[in-house]
Amino acid sequence: MPETALLESQDLSCIRNDRALFEHLDFTLESGEMLVVEGPNGCGKTSLLRILTGLRLADSGEVLWRGQPIDRLAGDYYEQVTYVGHHDGVKHELSCLENLRLARAMGVPSERDLDDVLEQVNLYAYGDSEVGSMSAGQKRRLALARLLATDSMIWILDEPFTSLDKSSMAMFTTLFEQHLQRDGIIVATSHHDITLPTLALQRLNLGQPA
Amino acid sequence: MSSRLSLLQAFVFLLRRDLLLAFRNRAEYAMPLLFFVLVITLFPLALGALPELLARIAPGIIWVAALLAAMLSLDSIFRSDFDDGSLEQILLSAHPVAILVLAKVSAHWLVTGLPLLIVAPLLAEMLGMPGQAQATLLLTILIGTPILSMVGAIGVALTVGLRKGGIILSLLVLPLYVPVLIFAASAIENAAMGFEVSAQIYMLLAFLLLSVSLSPWATAAALRMSAS
Amino acid sequence: MFLWFHKLGSPPHFYRIAGKWIPWLTGIFLVLLVAGLYGGLIEAPPDYQQGESYRIIFVHVPSAWMSLFIYVVMAICGIVIIVWRMKLAEVVLISSAPIGASFTFLALVTGSLWGKPMWGTYWVWDARLTSELILLFLYLGVIGLHNAIEDKRVAARAVAILALVGVVNIPIIHYSVEWWHSLHQGPTVTKFDKPSIHWSMLLPLLLMALAFQVYYVLALFHKCRVELLQRERNSKWVEEL
Repeated sequence: MPETALLESQDLSCIRNDRALFEHLDFTLESGEMLVVEGPNGCGKTSLLRILTGLRLADSGEVLWRGQPIDRLAGDYYEQVTYVGHHDGVKHELSCLENLRLARAMGVPSERDLDDVLEQVNLYAYGDSEVGSMSAGQKRRLALARLLATDSMIWILDEPFTSLDKSSMAMFTTLFEQHLQRDGIIVATSHHDITLPTLALQRLNLGQPA
Repeated sequence: MSSRLSLLQAFVFLLRRDLLLAFRNRAEYAMPLLFFVLVITLFPLALGALPELLARIAPGIIWVAALLAAMLSLDSIFRSDFDDGSLEQILLSAHPVAILVLAKVSAHWLVTGLPLLIVAPLLAEMLGMPGQAQATLLLTILIGTPILSMVGAIGVALTVGLRKGGIILSLLVLPLYVPVLIFAASAIENAAMGFEVSAQIYMLLAFLLLSVSLSPWATAAALRMSAS
Repeated sequence: MFLWFHKLGSPPHFYRIAGKWIPWLTGIFLVLLVAGLYGGLIEAPPDYQQGESYRIIFVHVPSAWMSLFIYVVMAICGIVIIVWRMKLAEVVLISSAPIGASFTFLALVTGSLWGKPMWGTYWVWDARLTSELILLFLYLGVIGLHNAIEDKRVAARAVAILALVGVVNIPIIHYSVEWWHSLHQGPTVTKFDKPSIHWSMLLPLLLMALAFQVYYVLALFHKCRVELLQRERNSKWVEEL
């Protein structure tokens, strides 16, 4: 065991409009671990995820990656992170392949062929079609395909299963498990109950909003 | 183990992506250009078409219209990326955000600033600007409009998250455009009278260097603020 | 030194200290103001060219100085906000903006009032007046942007960036306008740059400048205290008051 945890939150607080969403939050994640953040609407799940990506500044506390604050690491941290947020982050005017190529250019490209990636998320037939004409579930699958198109250790997922059908959810659950078996880290929020068949999860309940 | 693209590759990639997007939305990007022509058409109608008067005020009119057209087009630099979440992806890129911002602003200038070069000689002719001033006019547009895009990008980045960002944007950006307006218009005026214009051109070049080197950092910081 | 800085940066501490200083500052301000006005309006001799109307410089020049000074203070706060995320700097920046805008406005009004007897019109496109006008727009931009953003901490970061961008641009705008003015020099005479000024005029001018400085700190303390109470209304130290 290394002395410092891989991903660590120290004393995180988030205040919005004078209301503390959460305070003094501490947790650590080692490789191969997944954290599911639970709680009712408005309890700060999304805010916590955005603090972990560095998009939002915590009102107190720090997020550490290998013992270093993430805001000082910047690019060295971001090349380890893939974030799929509330918005899909895909361009409607571009095709699926063009979108994935852009995701690769912004991060660290994985060795997988992009056609294989699309095949894996059942979008192979849509490679060259414009994203604007696709359904919400298909766009979501494309957004999640970024996880496979890039080579990153930490997956931060805000409601990954929104608009997905049962079979897609099962497919992505399997992908999550494979990622954890390859020593990845996942932090996710979900209204759907996430359970992995073979691995244990950490759960964090942010509780009732005050 | 694969690794991330070189910074230059990422820059070129994002630039090409934005140009492609602009090409697919080309109707939207034609608007500022039309606006530029339209505003200039209004002046002779309001002031009367006296040739001496028009030739006298032509540099000022063209540059004021260019500022307004730039203002109108600014919002499109970050608007759609902000709305669909692409901006978050750019901010979370492994590459320095300021360089990616520079790519986006360059693409924006190529589709909104550069086209002014094509219509400007036509408008100069219509306003009766003397021939020797037209080369200077093109030169000031070539150097001046990228400054408008660079400085404007800071303003858009600060206001892109706001519901009524448009009005505030003009209040933030137009005062900062004053130096460009002064030197560009004065250069054309001097050229029309057959005087030396190198002082003004050098000043504009200095502004350009300053804005290219400083504005992407401010824009990146402002985008982080807007995305939070 | 650092400890002192840190302590001053804590809102309750600042609130108390500012409260203690306010009566003293009010006194100093009044003394300086009365001395400056007496020296400027009564003691100083009338100008041989401009007669009595020049006396408006005792208000105009200090407010023009303050309008620039306060913007620089805001930019320094901007750096502190971006680098250290210090709450007090946010409050100082936000509270300074309306005060700075008021001084700019005062400089514009007194400048144009002076213009009437000098140039026969309330407004001339004098370099200094034009710069002040643009500076007023910059101040209004800061205030407008701050009001438009709901989350006050995010708003503070936004105006911090804007103030820094502004402070880089102010000298550029200022010299551009001066240069522009020198090109289009009309029949007006620049009244402001006197090569030498008699001490009987200089002394009241400096006194007034000092009075305005003290007034700024005074107004700033008042505004900061209100802003702090508003921002921290849920915290323990405010409830204890």
